[in-house]
Amino acid sequence: MNLYAVRAIYGFEMARTRRTLMQSVISPVVSTSLYFVVFGAAIGSRIPSVGGVSYGAFIVPGLIMLSLLNQSVSNASFGIYFPRFSGTIYELLSAPVSPVETVLGYVGASATKSIVLGLIILATAALFVPLQILHPLWMLLFLVLTSVTFSLVGFIIGLWANGFDQLQLVPLLVITPLTFLGGSFYAIDMLPPVWQKVALFNPVVYLVSGFRWSFYGQADVALGTSLGMTLLFLLAALALVVWIFRTGWRLKA
Amino acid sequence: MTDILTIEGVSKTYASGLTALHHVDLSIRRGEIFALLGPNGAGKTTLISLICGIVSPSSGSVRVDGHDIQRDWRAARALIGLVPQELTTDAFETVLATVTFSRGLFGKPPNPAYIEQVLRSLSLWEKRDSKIIALSGGMKRRLLVAKALSHEPQVLFLDEPTAGVDVTLRREMWDLVRSLRDRQVTVILTTHYIEEAQEMADRIGIINQGRLILVEDKQVLMHKLGRKQLTMELQQPLAAVPVLPCVAPGSLALTKDGLELVFTYEREAEGGGMAELLAGLGAASIAIRDLRTTQRSLEDIFVGLIEGSTAQDSNAPDAAKAPDLSGASSVSSAADASGVVP
Repeated sequence: MNLYAVRAIYGFEMARTRRTLMQSVISPVVSTSLYFVVFGAAIGSRIPSVGGVSYGAFIVPGLIMLSLLNQSVSNASFGIYFPRFSGTIYELLSAPVSPVETVLGYVGASATKSIVLGLIILATAALFVPLQILHPLWMLLFLVLTSVTFSLVGFIIGLWANGFDQLQLVPLLVITPLTFLGGSFYAIDMLPPVWQKVALFNPVVYLVSGFRWSFYGQADVALGTSLGMTLLFLLAALALVVWIFRTGWRLKA
Repeated sequence: MTDILTIEGVSKTYASGLTALHHVDLSIRRGEIFALLGPNGAGKTTLISLICGIVSPSSGSVRVDGHDIQRDWRAARALIGLVPQELTTDAFETVLATVTFSRGLFGKPPNPAYIEQVLRSLSLWEKRDSKIIALSGGMKRRLLVAKALSHEPQVLFLDEPTAGVDVTLRREMWDLVRSLRDRQVTVILTTHYIEEAQEMADRIGIINQGRLILVEDKQVLMHKLGRKQLTMELQQPLAAVPVLPCVAPGSLALTKDGLELVFTYEREAEGGGMAELLAGLGAASIAIRDLRTTQRSLEDIFVGLIEGSTAQDSNAPDAAKAPDLSGASSVSSAADASGVVP
């Protein structure tokens, strides 16, 4: 295992975060705070509690998940796409670095940034609404699993994209709609029965549900199902990354 | 001298169907400077990329210091440094950070003293905290060399190292390459500048249309293929080429409206009958005002071989298109077949 390489890639990516602090951390915190102001204070005060939890507090796990998914995807996709775009990928491809080490570096850094961001948003949320976390270890587990899974997804998007427009395409047209429709701002049982069934095809439902359960002990689907589906997404993303490196797709001619 | 790089029967056909390399065999000796010459699209960058692991071979094998680049890729790659043709850098990184990053990527523990030494040797130490975007083109080129040297490679590939740099920097780069050889680093460079190969290389390989058509020691090559010309400026113009029994037919030509007589001969001919020629001209009462000799440059040799090889490829049937022309023996094969060498 080339641990020096893992450390180099990880350090390089984290340094990029420091250089782009405004874009990487402050911007999502500001936008999430605006969500709390609008949905929590302005509109939320007129919405009755959901399962005994005030609406402002209810949406906290969903909002964190929204940022987590978007940041994980954008961090990891940009991290690997930019070297492809600038041509510096030659160095990675010619170095004695295995696919596992490459993924550890890029996805590890992306997931780290997302987790830190999630925790910052959590702290920000605590300023606006009363929070309780019934199962903090489960909360951390879902935070880590989701960050890693969607960083892997971002990594795949970064390898697939052939332009900055494509880089934005999946987060904009897939991730964000799925998150908004995945129970970030409502419980699934608030939907009409047919849409409740449709919602179960949305992978984000399982992530938000498990994450929300760790806060308030209430979930749209059973905890085991949430965890199982999250792990399934993780394995699927991993399998796709392994296939990419084995075939050299988008990497090697 | 032992070989540090062995390429055997390497071919590369891209998914598009383009065959960039045809059964290339090549051995690079430890500590030498090897120049790979070829026109655009000849396969130079593909060959380098393949050795470095950026491109996968369709067939054949490559070993670096005994390590197969596919089976023992980690050990093989750790020995190689690559300076790409394009100035590809992380624009917003600092010089020191990016060179340190490269060392880590190649699995070497941090060594600030060595990095400082590399940066100083490339006159980049003063710029260590500068962002790459603020560097000049020449500095960026040197930075790429620093990155490639950061992990102490034994083999350094320089893909068009002086493309687009000014004369002064080109000279500096040549000095750097020579200093690397003094440190027993094997340098393989591709170049469009024949002068560069002539100036620096120990051996020269010429590649065209994916085939290695010649590999030869530079001095031997110059000696074998180096044609010389004696140009005699005449006092009175001649209407026709004089017929002299001491001179081979066709070796004399008239230029400048009969005011210059040009005698072409081979270096190997040790004078080429020059004394007999001058005596013959004297006997024929042809007075000479001045004379000068010129030697065929590597560029002439290169152009001749490429033209010959291209003509051979376009005329020959497909089955005869992939002769094994590598190695020193190919000099005569390629040259004879092309008709370049008289």
